[in-house]
Amino acid sequence: MGNLTQLAQALVDLDEELVNKIVKEKIAAGEAPLDIIKECNEGMGKIGKLFEANEYYLSELIMSGEILKGVMNELEPLLANVEKEASTADVVVIGTVKDDIHDIGKNIVVTLLKGTGFDVIDLGVDVPAETFVKTIKETGARVLGLSALLNFTFPAMKEVVDQLAAAGLRDQVKVIIGGAPCNEEVRQFTGADYLAKDAATGVNICKEIFGKC
Amino acid sequence: METRLASANKELFISADRPTTLIGERINPTGKKKLAAALQSGVYDEIVRREAREQVAAGAHMLDVNVGAGGVDEVALLPEVVKTVMDEVDVPLCIDSGNPYAIEAALKVYKGKPLINSVRGEGHSLQTVLPLVKEYGAAVIVLPLDQKGIPNNAEDRMQIADRIVEQCVKTGIPLEDIVIDCLALSVGVDSNAGLVTLETIKRVKENYGVNITLGASNISFSLPGREAVNDAFLSMAIAAGVTCPVVNAAKARKCAQATDLLLGRDKFALRYIKYYRQNKELF
Repeated sequence: MGNLTQLAQALVDLDEELVNKIVKEKIAAGEAPLDIIKECNEGMGKIGKLFEANEYYLSELIMSGEILKGVMNELEPLLANVEKEASTADVVVIGTVKDDIHDIGKNIVVTLLKGTGFDVIDLGVDVPAETFVKTIKETGARVLGLSALLNFTFPAMKEVVDQLAAAGLRDQVKVIIGGAPCNEEVRQFTGADYLAKDAATGVNICKEIFGKC
Repeated sequence: METRLASANKELFISADRPTTLIGERINPTGKKKLAAALQSGVYDEIVRREAREQVAAGAHMLDVNVGAGGVDEVALLPEVVKTVMDEVDVPLCIDSGNPYAIEAALKVYKGKPLINSVRGEGHSLQTVLPLVKEYGAAVIVLPLDQKGIPNNAEDRMQIADRIVEQCVKTGIPLEDIVIDCLALSVGVDSNAGLVTLETIKRVKENYGVNITLGASNISFSLPGREAVNDAFLSMAIAAGVTCPVVNAAKARKCAQATDLLLGRDKFALRYIKYYRQNKELF
């Protein structure tokens, strides 16, 4: 991580103008879009580490996601011809479980996951177990994130895990739970695979599952 | 508009021409590991009593009581913790749960007239919470959000508030027993969050004139140097129409008292000066 490229460093400095300028220059010079994305991902990785170390704050993390979104908008038309590196296996399905409508934390996780390069299917709030199961089945996604803030919705999380098992999908997908009141006991109760205590941890778990560490 | 609340022996009135009512936020396990562990283990008496005592000593006029720690049975626990708090301090309580059964269990043991926190703009919440408010003669906090989450603009928040207030009136709950929470979100997540909340406060005040609350500390979540942001926002929110914010009283009181003075709610600055004399170490 010692030597960041100029582009990655500009991203770490949250210098949107400079990032856009470098990206435009690279595109004009005919550089491969995937190489540009790779450089950006190095910058995002560094920002994630700074956030974990409490040196960067959430608003800065979100800003970096916004800058990256702009870059991806530039690059996407060029990616049409390229075989997408991200296959369906890189899909993360996420939502707030039934009877809970809190989505601030979930939205932060979605922003970070997208910024890190995952395809995210956000099912929103108050999502019934059936919808999670159906989406996992249709997309073949390997990671499912369940969010809740209210503690009486833990049975709703367990219900999702149980229904995945009933549908024969349990081995295909890793389930991550998160939200203020979640802890190890809750994880065991629900039968989820992982507990994410904050957004950055959640993203790291996804990276681990997909072998991107 | 004047909202009357009561503990076993004391009445409390909330209105815009009185000093700001501070609702103590600390009996809530969200983000508090020690309290969460205490509530989960059932050995909470000491910590709950201490939090109650210290908040009242620090200037809280009411206390919010929320026991929503992971894995606890709120229906059994909330009334027990409410009893513990009532036994320790004599101030009105704000019964805080997303579970209507837990709210009802707490209402059964409560002595006085409590504030229920809260009802949301979706069917199940409206159908279960409002009849309880009516039956027990309580007051209620209205959250202008629905199954789609918290709207990011004042317009949509007002639409939901309109719907809930209409339902309250139909249920027979008088306007003075409705307190609207204008919803503070973090400016560390969305830099417009403060403006949206202030705009909502202004509109609620104009349209209904009811008392207004706010989980005021939310505004600075995720930011460094939170107190500067909290104090600035609390002042602005009170000036805009908030009359009973939910706060950490030990930290917010100084700002609230100064704000009340600036808004002409403290004749000859007597309250402010008295507070200064008793708390010189805080200045």
